[in-house]
Amino acid sequence: MTTQLRTEPITVNLGPQHPSTHGVFRMRVTFDGEEIVDVEPIFGYLHRGSEKLAEERTYVQVVTLTDRMDYVGSMLNNQAYMLSVEKLCSIKPSPRGVWLRMIAAELQRIASHLVAVGFLIQDLGAWGTPLIYTMREREKILDLFEMLCGARITNSYLRPGGVFMDAPEEFWPAMDKLLDELPARLDELDELLTANEIIFSRTKGVSVLTPEQMINASITGPMLRAAGVDWDLRHRDPYDFYDQVSFERPLHHAGDNFARYWVRIQEMRESIKIIRQCERLIEPGPVRPHHDDVPWLVRPPVGDAYAAIEHSKGELGFYLVSDGSISPYRCHVRAPSLINLTLLRDMLVGELLADMFVSFGSVDINMGEVDR
Amino acid sequence: MSKTWQGHALAGAIRRIYPDATLDSSDSDVWISPDNIPTVMQLLRDDHQFRFDLLSSVTAVDLISHFEVVYHLTSLPRNATAVIKSKCGFGRESPEIPSVVDIWRGAELQEREIWDLMGIIFQGHPNHKRIMLWEGFPGHPLRKDFATYEQSIVDDDQLRIPESVSEEYESRNTD
Amino acid sequence: MNTAFLDNSWFRNIYCYLAGDSASCADRGYSSGFLPAGLEWLGFAITAFIIIFAVINFALGAVLVYIWAERRMLGRIQNRTGPNRWGPFGIFTSVADAIKTLFKEDIVPDDADRLLFNIAPIIMVFPVFLVLAVIPFGAGTFVLDLNIGLLFVIAVTSMSGLAVVLAAWSSGNRVSIFAGMRSVAMLISYEIPMALAVLGVIMIAGSLSLGAIVEAQDVPFLIVQPLGFFVFVIAAQAETSRTPFDIIEAESELAAGYLNDYSSMKFGIFFLAEFLATIAAAMIIVTVFLGGWRGWDPIPSHFWFFAKTMLVLAAIIWLRFSWPRLRIDQILSLAWKGLFELTLINIVATGILIAIWPEPTYAQLWIMAGINWAVFLVSIWAISKLLGTSDYARDDEGVHTLAYPVAEDELPDDLTLSKGAVR
Repeated sequence: MTTQLRTEPITVNLGPQHPSTHGVFRMRVTFDGEEIVDVEPIFGYLHRGSEKLAEERTYVQVVTLTDRMDYVGSMLNNQAYMLSVEKLCSIKPSPRGVWLRMIAAELQRIASHLVAVGFLIQDLGAWGTPLIYTMREREKILDLFEMLCGARITNSYLRPGGVFMDAPEEFWPAMDKLLDELPARLDELDELLTANEIIFSRTKGVSVLTPEQMINASITGPMLRAAGVDWDLRHRDPYDFYDQVSFERPLHHAGDNFARYWVRIQEMRESIKIIRQCERLIEPGPVRPHHDDVPWLVRPPVGDAYAAIEHSKGELGFYLVSDGSISPYRCHVRAPSLINLTLLRDMLVGELLADMFVSFGSVDINMGEVDR
Repeated sequence: MSKTWQGHALAGAIRRIYPDATLDSSDSDVWISPDNIPTVMQLLRDDHQFRFDLLSSVTAVDLISHFEVVYHLTSLPRNATAVIKSKCGFGRESPEIPSVVDIWRGAELQEREIWDLMGIIFQGHPNHKRIMLWEGFPGHPLRKDFATYEQSIVDDDQLRIPESVSEEYESRNTD
Repeated sequence: MNTAFLDNSWFRNIYCYLAGDSASCADRGYSSGFLPAGLEWLGFAITAFIIIFAVINFALGAVLVYIWAERRMLGRIQNRTGPNRWGPFGIFTSVADAIKTLFKEDIVPDDADRLLFNIAPIIMVFPVFLVLAVIPFGAGTFVLDLNIGLLFVIAVTSMSGLAVVLAAWSSGNRVSIFAGMRSVAMLISYEIPMALAVLGVIMIAGSLSLGAIVEAQDVPFLIVQPLGFFVFVIAAQAETSRTPFDIIEAESELAAGYLNDYSSMKFGIFFLAEFLATIAAAMIIVTVFLGGWRGWDPIPSHFWFFAKTMLVLAAIIWLRFSWPRLRIDQILSLAWKGLFELTLINIVATGILIAIWPEPTYAQLWIMAGINWAVFLVSIWAISKLLGTSDYARDDEGVHTLAYPVAEDELPDDLTLSKGAVR
């Protein structure tokens, strides 16, 4: 007869003030020893009522609210919102504006993935070195944004039909320099991290999600592609001019933490390719339609529109309802950060405490978008 | 290029299987009565014509007279999207609609968010609690009749800055 | 009175200056002393006090410098400046930090067990000072050359586990308790490979005394005992809970582990103990494996000792800031499935060689080194095959497996909404 050592599960509150919850996220976790038995995510510590605020603002003023949702992906948020407004008002955007916002969006995607990768490695316990390597590259991208629109984080660069001002002369050489350097920097990062035995053993086979599970739970973006589902809205439902550029969709078959990390690294390389093509295809012209065609104060017809883009975190959609006035009647955000957390419990139960924040980091959420 | 289901065509396809399920349809949308939501959604997910395996978004709109719940569906195998709408809560008293969490788990957090902010009760939701706001928060902020902050603090002495504090603040500024 | 302590030149110089009249000093050529005869005990006490005071204060100063050096080096590794405001190259930053720590509010949580909570930092810090007592800092410069020095070091350092558990438990904090559980599991596991790793050295040197081990290193034991060095360095990293074994503090998991509820100088003492333990570990590594204070004349032995210590510390800092952390199960399996076996292999190999050459000469030491290196490479390769992740080959990159059907069955056009001119 064997006697089993009986252990008492303990419930621990992690967050909202915790170094690795990527903001003010709270989890009530039950542990049996180090093993996770139950997880209850608790949201709302950064809820600012953006959707309600949007109902009190004009269509252009809402752009500033979208900046503050996912504050490491502001350009992409702007893009999703503007696509929705353009669909609602049937605005035909001016080509140069579209190319510029594609460039901005792809730069933002690189910046966002750099943050995701850096913080994932930080959660793995590296003492900040990889994080600062990635942050250094992100700083250069933010410098480019400063040239484009004068702001680094909260860009508010896009306007209905394009962008609010053309890129200055010095932007193009600066961007070329960045794009020349970036592949080497990514290789450096790859060398430091991807072949690292500790990262292998910590991330492989941890928190595996199957494609069926994820699709049923509406999970999109790099998480889905890490399980081998070739679903990228830029490719499957090309918005802007994504049908005129060619790029690969990096896929991994494992669906574990390593795959999610790997897919992000590869997507950055693809984004560089896209920016290079945009740079070649962009033509001179106005960056937004003349204000006779698209007035500064947009007043869309009664109706609704839903437009989604491939955000760095997943499908980011804006659902706008117009009652014909100058402000949206209803502005709903389909936030990938929130929806990707649907399977958090499935990911974590059975894993160890140490892997908890790694899995959580591999989802790549942003609290500004989760709580809005 | 992903394609969008034409509303009338989608309504027709649904009606061929469930003749009474759809209420109305437009160019892009199909309206379904709340009672038929579980059966129709199950059909849309499983039937080979539709194969809507991914629920992009669930949201709700307060249309004063009633609430409208909007489902944006995506089909990966057919690379198609569709919009399903459902009206509920006529009279604004405790609007109710069946939950689709059993069909798409992706609805779990989104339906909680709608309950929290719009106050629509999703019958059969496994964890029907507030998500963004704390339990006991008065009202549901995204409703059109929810008093905004400025409106609610008018003549509310508790939220005003007390005289003494403002005096102290002014004196510090003038020094 | 036992006069063996007079072999210590440092001690002798002070003691015989004070009490030179005593017989034992006169034997060693000291003429007269400062104290009158009969007060040898006072001379002994004063000497001991001076030496202990010097060593402890030297250690505290070394910690301040080490913290500054670590932060500067971290800055270099991470492409930034590091502390550079207070004093030249920011060298007084640690002093400013120490003063700040002293002046912080000392908080004891309501749930804490006050006695244990207050006593834990002291238990943490004093074994580390005890370790310094047996380390020879240079030729003839040591506090005490215990004949069981190495055993003493291993015995005393295992007390830090107790301190961590006490701190974690007495905080009354659930997150801290995780740190306590981890520390028990990890520190005790790594005691064993750490102790076994030095057995080979003891066999060759024929003594447990650190002084004798240094004397025996005509060839540094790093060369003769590669396997022992390898295991000892890893185990020392774990014992001092440095990355990749820093699961006890695990900033990204447990916030600060057992330190969560500590503030002010109690926190400061824990930090002091941690950094001091790192310095002590580096000193032990230098003493046991890198020839201690031995070097080339005429540069004094103290220089060699501290130069080697700094080199080892630099390597430790470098490791700390480039690697992520291992998981608790991986750490334990490394200790029991990897390092433990390696030490056994080392003991068997060294034992056989010692049986062949009981008193190895210089040339025989080199032959032993050659054999040990071969054993080292083979056994490390075998263990890494057993414990490492199997697929080193990056075969799974770029595999385009279609795990799920996407866009295989396009919708006919008559069912779709025309998108119009709007993009």
